[in-house]
Amino acid sequence: MEHNTNTLSIEEFLAQDEKKDMLRLLTAGSVDDGKSTLIGRLLFDSKRLYEDQLVALERDSKRVGHAGENIDYALLLDGLKAEREQGITIDVAYRYFSTNRRKFIIADTPGHEQYTRNMVTGASTANLAIILVDAKNGVITQTKRHTFLISLLGIKHVILAVNKMDLVDYKQEVFNTICEEYKTFLTRLNIPDVHFIPMSALHGDNVVNRSEKMTWYKGEPILELLETIHVSSDRNFVDLRYPVQYVLRPEHHFRGFSAKVASGIIRKGDEVMVLPSRKTSKVKKIVSYDGDQDYAFPPQSVTVTLKDEIDISRGDMLVHMNNQPRIERHFEAMLVWMDEKKMNPNTNFIIKQTTNLTKARIDTIRYKINVNTMHRNKTDHFKLNEIGRVVVTTSKTLFIDAYERNHETGSFILIDPVTHNTSAVGMIIDRVSAEDLPNRISDSDHKKIAEGKSLVSPKEREMKYQQKGQTIWITGLHGSGKTDVAYMLEKRLFDLGHVTILLDGEKVRAGLSKELDYSSVDRAEHLRRVAEVCRLLNEQGIITICTFISPLKDTRDQIRDIIGKDRFNLIYMSTDLATSKANKPELYKLAEENKLQYLAGVDTPYEVPENPDLTLDISDKNVEAIVELIKKR
Amino acid sequence: MKKENYSLSHLKELEAEAIHIIREVAAEFENPVMLYSIGKDSSCMVRLAEKAFYPGKVPFPLMHIDSKWKFREMIDFRDNYAKEKGWNLIVHYNKEGFETGIGPFSHGSKVHTDIMKTQALLQGLEMHGFDAAFGGARRDEEKSRAKERIFSFRDKFHQWDPKNQRPELWSTYNTRVMKGESIRVFPISNWTELDVWQYIRLENIPIVPLYYAKPRPVVKYNNALVLVDDERMPKELRDKAEMRMVRFRTLGCYPLTGAVESEADTIEKIVEEMMTTTASERTTRVIDFDQEGSMEQKKREGYF
Ligand SMILES: Nc1nc2c(ncn2[C@@H]2O[C@H](COP(=O)(O)OP(=O)(O)O)[C@@H](O)[C@H]2O)c(=O)[nH]1
Repeated sequence: MEHNTNTLSIEEFLAQDEKKDMLRLLTAGSVDDGKSTLIGRLLFDSKRLYEDQLVALERDSKRVGHAGENIDYALLLDGLKAEREQGITIDVAYRYFSTNRRKFIIADTPGHEQYTRNMVTGASTANLAIILVDAKNGVITQTKRHTFLISLLGIKHVILAVNKMDLVDYKQEVFNTICEEYKTFLTRLNIPDVHFIPMSALHGDNVVNRSEKMTWYKGEPILELLETIHVSSDRNFVDLRYPVQYVLRPEHHFRGFSAKVASGIIRKGDEVMVLPSRKTSKVKKIVSYDGDQDYAFPPQSVTVTLKDEIDISRGDMLVHMNNQPRIERHFEAMLVWMDEKKMNPNTNFIIKQTTNLTKARIDTIRYKINVNTMHRNKTDHFKLNEIGRVVVTTSKTLFIDAYERNHETGSFILIDPVTHNTSAVGMIIDRVSAEDLPNRISDSDHKKIAEGKSLVSPKEREMKYQQKGQTIWITGLHGSGKTDVAYMLEKRLFDLGHVTILLDGEKVRAGLSKELDYSSVDRAEHLRRVAEVCRLLNEQGIITICTFISPLKDTRDQIRDIIGKDRFNLIYMSTDLATSKANKPELYKLAEENKLQYLAGVDTPYEVPENPDLTLDISDKNVEAIVELIKKR
Repeated sequence: MKKENYSLSHLKELEAEAIHIIREVAAEFENPVMLYSIGKDSSCMVRLAEKAFYPGKVPFPLMHIDSKWKFREMIDFRDNYAKEKGWNLIVHYNKEGFETGIGPFSHGSKVHTDIMKTQALLQGLEMHGFDAAFGGARRDEEKSRAKERIFSFRDKFHQWDPKNQRPELWSTYNTRVMKGESIRVFPISNWTELDVWQYIRLENIPIVPLYYAKPRPVVKYNNALVLVDDERMPKELRDKAEMRMVRFRTLGCYPLTGAVESEADTIEKIVEEMMTTTASERTTRVIDFDQEGSMEQKKREGYF
């Protein structure tokens, strides 16, 4: 404690003090477990209280305290309790104290209704969490909920403080039972370092000093543990991620790239690659106000210059060539909803991840989690404090890692585009490859578009064209004969006097989908555009004939939703793979030689439709049957 | 190869955090400003800004809101230091209030603070259309600041609505504002008073000499020891002045800032005194005693 300064000269004290490190911790517990008492005592014992506060404390303890003759340390933190009564948002409060060995920042998260939001906020920056339980009550639902949130936010060190041991006669058995129960629960979570301390915050047992009443406890008191627990190695020093935050160009010949090192070590002379351009160069200098550095590590904020002139802007990332992040627009994450306003799944959010800002949509909500039971439930939106697993697509490519491995590049926030509130926060999961994640292309808001007042009625269109606008969607493997059927159908309908438009992959990709590639996100976007075009044309009375491999059932269902069930005819070309291959061998050959990716039937699956309106194959191009279908609509 | 060390002292970690925050504002806002109060916290903050953009210049202006009742030594210090460093310094004061003769002796601390500080600040921000303003406030200064965000959102009227603050996670800051709205940014939120002194010492940051003890003419006024700084102090008070060895723990308007008796004339002695101190920092600010929960109130009205 700082009392020791008496034995040191002030110069010695300062020299020692400026070297100490910092620990950020979170305290959690349900109401009345003794959280305020514990924090108050830590502040008190480390002399973070001034005399005027002390006088007030003693006076208030006698007047309104709940601690009898003792000083009620909890009163120190009463600012927040008063706020609760006034109906002010209960929030995370940050408190500071230090000892000879360390400086501490406590994120104190009171209240229960908004507990999830507050705890998640406090936990996002914490190295360690103290979870309090009342020895009389043991492990309760809230203990489990808090522990789950702590593991979700990736805190690696937990201290289970079993408080109010005085009320159970300081019995070891009580303590042991509670610890065992907690350990059983922990096996379901991922927290590598857990400590157990029997404590009486009120009487000071095992807070600063070892308890004389619990000589059976051989471990350290809580403060000593906080002072000595090793946390600096929790940072990721392996994967260099240098997300450029600011480009410094004070004069012509100086071009510096400023950033906080998110992870890994960057060294002078390192060969680095710039994302997304993939250009490479060498680190010329690591510049700082205090002189050039040979290397920089997280969380240092430095400025780097490169040997070559490369165009780099905010949002770009420097990495080592042999250790790259995922470069993605499509990923899975655990999402915590933080907004009072419930989620509208059709929102185009603003996403912020490291120094990048772009648009994001939620494709799918896989499930939401009940934080008390950890059961998974289906849902189509989130409300305040709800947590679940989602699939996200962003407009711009991001450089990401799994949150588990890298908190800096694995986390993001979602901002509401209208209110600008931080609506949700996310932690990236890295288990399913982007190719296998579902895409959402249909939009449930569609139906809300106000009907225009065209002077031509749908009936009049039908009369004029002698047809009902609809889509013939032909799906099947590459080479299965789709195009032949489409052209034969087009000719036949033309001869019968119908008005049609034919759309195929090549045509659409040449123009309308020109900028899209063959990744799963872009393939989905490509088909969304086709479906929207069909919808517009069908509504104006025109028949569209579409031939697309469209291998996924989920995507075809969404296409049907966009176009409308009553206008959508699904034709399945059931030609088998071998026949299709023999029919059009070129692409298959390339795919088998790994020169071409994502060809259905080779490296991605083709899901056979369950209930097509009609099944044909290469030897049975029965377009008359399709004509019959059209007539029936 | 020399063995590399990957751990940071608490001061260096706090410094890195502040630099990251300052750069983020410079990168994402169109027109930021750093509010410069001439105090020790501001002095730290300015040094951090210099570090953030080294070897370039700080890319935004500093603004001092002059209540016209600051200690003279503060103004001298400000002008010399700004000149030496080549800062882009804006000094703003409430012209109307000044011409009306508003002052703490004649109008009381509440009216004076409101017109010459709060109103003046809002005028200054509005006149230049700043969309972000850095302030040197710390969370440990006062109970009601403990839950203040680093990026604190203000509506069109510069008001702070405790219900309308954004969740702040990791170091990912939401900087989105609509036209007219703004953000106050506190890069040294996580610093304590001791951290600030340590940093000033470590970095050799110049501070106003009023922080160091020296014999000065003071008089008891509103239960505080107030410096006789100019002729505007009523004569009957000035006549009662006596020389005492004093220093100031915070700096503001001289009639509203109490001195403490002290022998501490070096940073080391100041820190030593602090560790054995008997009154928390803010009690030397007369303004706090005006009304219950006054800090909270001030904050809602737009004061820091
Ligand atoms: N007997 C006993 N009472 C305690 C202990 N710690 C706290 N308390 C009391 O429990 C009540 C709630 O404590 P408080 O710190 O306000 O709980 P919080 O709601 O978790 O902040 C107060 O009356 C405390 O005096 C303890 O170790 N033993």
